[in-house]
Amino acid sequence: MAAMFSQNPLMNGPNYSFNDAPTVNAPEGARQHRFDPYTDNGGSTLAIAGADFTVMAGDTRLTSGYSINSRHHPKLFKIGGTTADQKDATLVLSVVGFAADGEALKERLDVICKMYRFRHGKPMSAKACAQRLSTILYQKRFFPYYAYAILGGLDEEGKGAVYSYDPVGSYEREQCRAGGAAASLIMPFLDNQVNFKNQYIPGSGEGHALQERERRPLAREEVEILVKDAFDGAVERHIEVGDGLQMMVITKDGIEEVFLPLKRD
Amino acid sequence: MDHRPQAWGRPRDDVYGAYDASYLNHSAPKTATQSPIVTGTSVIAIKFKDGVVMAADNLASYGSLARFTDVKRLRTFLSASVVGFGGDVSDMQFLDRHLNELAIDEAYEHETTASVSGPAPGQLNAANLHKYLSKLMYRRRNDFDPLWNQILVAGVDGAQQPFLASVDLRGTTFTSPSLATGFGAMLAQPIMRRYAATEEDAAKLTRDQAVDIVKECMKVLFYRDARSLDRYSIAVVTREGVELKEDEQLEKQSWAFAERIRGYGTQTV
Amino acid sequence: MPGFDFSNYNRNAALHARGVPLPKATSTGTTIVGCIYDGGVVIAADTRATSGPIVADKNCEKLHYIASNIWCAGAGTAADTEFTTSLISSQLELHSLSTGRKPRVVTCMTMLKQHLFRYQGHIGAYLVVAGVDPTGTHLFTVHAHGSTDKLPYVTMGSGSLAAMSVFETQWKPSLTQDEAVKLCADAIESGIWNDLGSGSNVDVAIITPDKTTLKRNYIKPNERSQKLRSYAFAKGSTAVLNEKIIRKEDISDFVSVHEIAVEGGDSMEVDT
Repeated sequence: MAAMFSQNPLMNGPNYSFNDAPTVNAPEGARQHRFDPYTDNGGSTLAIAGADFTVMAGDTRLTSGYSINSRHHPKLFKIGGTTADQKDATLVLSVVGFAADGEALKERLDVICKMYRFRHGKPMSAKACAQRLSTILYQKRFFPYYAYAILGGLDEEGKGAVYSYDPVGSYEREQCRAGGAAASLIMPFLDNQVNFKNQYIPGSGEGHALQERERRPLAREEVEILVKDAFDGAVERHIEVGDGLQMMVITKDGIEEVFLPLKRD
Repeated sequence: MDHRPQAWGRPRDDVYGAYDASYLNHSAPKTATQSPIVTGTSVIAIKFKDGVVMAADNLASYGSLARFTDVKRLRTFLSASVVGFGGDVSDMQFLDRHLNELAIDEAYEHETTASVSGPAPGQLNAANLHKYLSKLMYRRRNDFDPLWNQILVAGVDGAQQPFLASVDLRGTTFTSPSLATGFGAMLAQPIMRRYAATEEDAAKLTRDQAVDIVKECMKVLFYRDARSLDRYSIAVVTREGVELKEDEQLEKQSWAFAERIRGYGTQTV
Repeated sequence: MPGFDFSNYNRNAALHARGVPLPKATSTGTTIVGCIYDGGVVIAADTRATSGPIVADKNCEKLHYIASNIWCAGAGTAADTEFTTSLISSQLELHSLSTGRKPRVVTCMTMLKQHLFRYQGHIGAYLVVAGVDPTGTHLFTVHAHGSTDKLPYVTMGSGSLAAMSVFETQWKPSLTQDEAVKLCADAIESGIWNDLGSGSNVDVAIITPDKTTLKRNYIKPNERSQKLRSYAFAKGSTAVLNEKIIRKEDISDFVSVHEIAVEGGDSMEVDT
């Protein structure tokens, strides 16, 4: 009880780095000291599919406890290009959660996509890659990659495609998805602004007869504005989000990448 | 003679009773460090125009005991990179031996020209070394047998640009214009970030400026980190190679604040 | 019985044992500092209050009034710093009235430490106490368990190390008022940028023998950026499933209704 309310920052906050291992108070009162292979490195990601493009975004802050490890740590990765600089890649993976697992997951998927490309002479489709990512995650069902992944690309018809995952491989194609620390702050905004949830046409009826605002595909400029505003909002209210915004736009002509500044407090 | 080799060399059952075979079962994975014992505190490093400056004090603590006061926690690799270790000292020494083997293999693989002190072309640069160590650390965490260290790697990358990156006991990696492990992450990093908030800022720093900043940080760490020492190692790594000084003494300390302290509460004399 | 009400203690302990989480108190994550200079003392604080990783208040006040010549910066549980300082403030006022003397900083510090020691750290107040009284200029820190420190420069809170790094590199024994204010503000800014528990603005209080100057939002380095578009909804966008109108005249049978002019004050920023 005392420990819960003890607000001494030097006791509760990150203190001495090698104290990182959790000290669990066993029910009998015995003090256990074990290695915890996971940590949370904070940050947030976001993806929105458009008619002929997909926008992926993530902040560039890497945290541990109350400290900032890096102000420039990208969470978005181009996947399955034939070169080291990935300039001919067609897919983007975003990972957030435990950074080391995210990195390992990205490298696994990238290698698999590269092998596929060299063997078949064509890049992996978004759908195939999405399925493969699910299997990679489920293979580690009992020692999971602690990473919330979102895969973005274009489908066979050239439409924007966003696939979102939980850490053990359950996945779904969606119009938009927010992941990571500020997901619960950003997702309701996206529901309202991308899928027009809870928006009705004024004067179109009474009570339940009121008509929902009709969904329409958003233009690329609109989406980029939504992404920036979503992150500006998340930065205000979540301490682990900030420093920089990395944004990738996937079109049939390739992948464009921009970095924008965010608040650093 | 018993036909099962497993039984060879064991006490005879008819004389000593059945052998307790549970001693032969190595079902639990073999693990070394489950918690750090003898530890080193902060390692700090900052990039400058032509390279990186790194420093760490020479203390190895045993809990709160200042156990070993002449432990070198920075090491060079192939005269091209510097590796700084925070955390468990036995794991540091394991990695040190491992890196020595790696360096020997590299030296056989890629001949160096004796006249040049820097790295030979084709040999592992700092970025390669960091990748190697991060894979090693991540593998060990997957085996639940971590090497209880946070490591900084400094040098130049494949494009001959200054390189500085970190890897910890869970295999988490990151880079920044300045880095610090342990207590330094909270106490020294704010100081270094004042001078090098971005890569562009760091690229404007001269070698002398970077060395001065690092020395200032080591002083503040000695003031406020109870597990620190005033003797330290400092390394400057550039394209030309590594200059490592392993027995430096903190200079120009100031304890002026102490002069007027009278007690902790109502005391006035 | 004066003091705290413990009647729910056993019930809550039983609930907690069955896995019901304890309520999360708003903490002022916080960087707070204080520094003595040649003509008085300066204290400063950031203005972020957090609840876990969520920012609960972007511009809260962590500099508390004790007496006109004594001010307190508080870190730890927000409610505890607020109530402890106001309790001691009122006791000190009565003490000052009954003795006919100006309150002293040591008196305040002693009352705080005795109060906090009695509650064995359960009152999570971590305070920087500063003031000028007839015996001179004083600066103390008081920890939740009741220990105190007396130093020429102090820092507390989750950003204490970031702030201390500024003092340890820039402090000198003799400072002017402007230098001390700059030093304290820089220390708070170090916490704002480097510590996730601290953020938003810098508040400063300067206490001299003559007067106290509170500089609320002395530096505002984190102004909220303008949204790139308007998110105002057309009237009628929200479905109305049920409607019931209660008029002022109807409700005045039960309560008295007064029209009150809305004051400006510390209103929250809202997009239009």
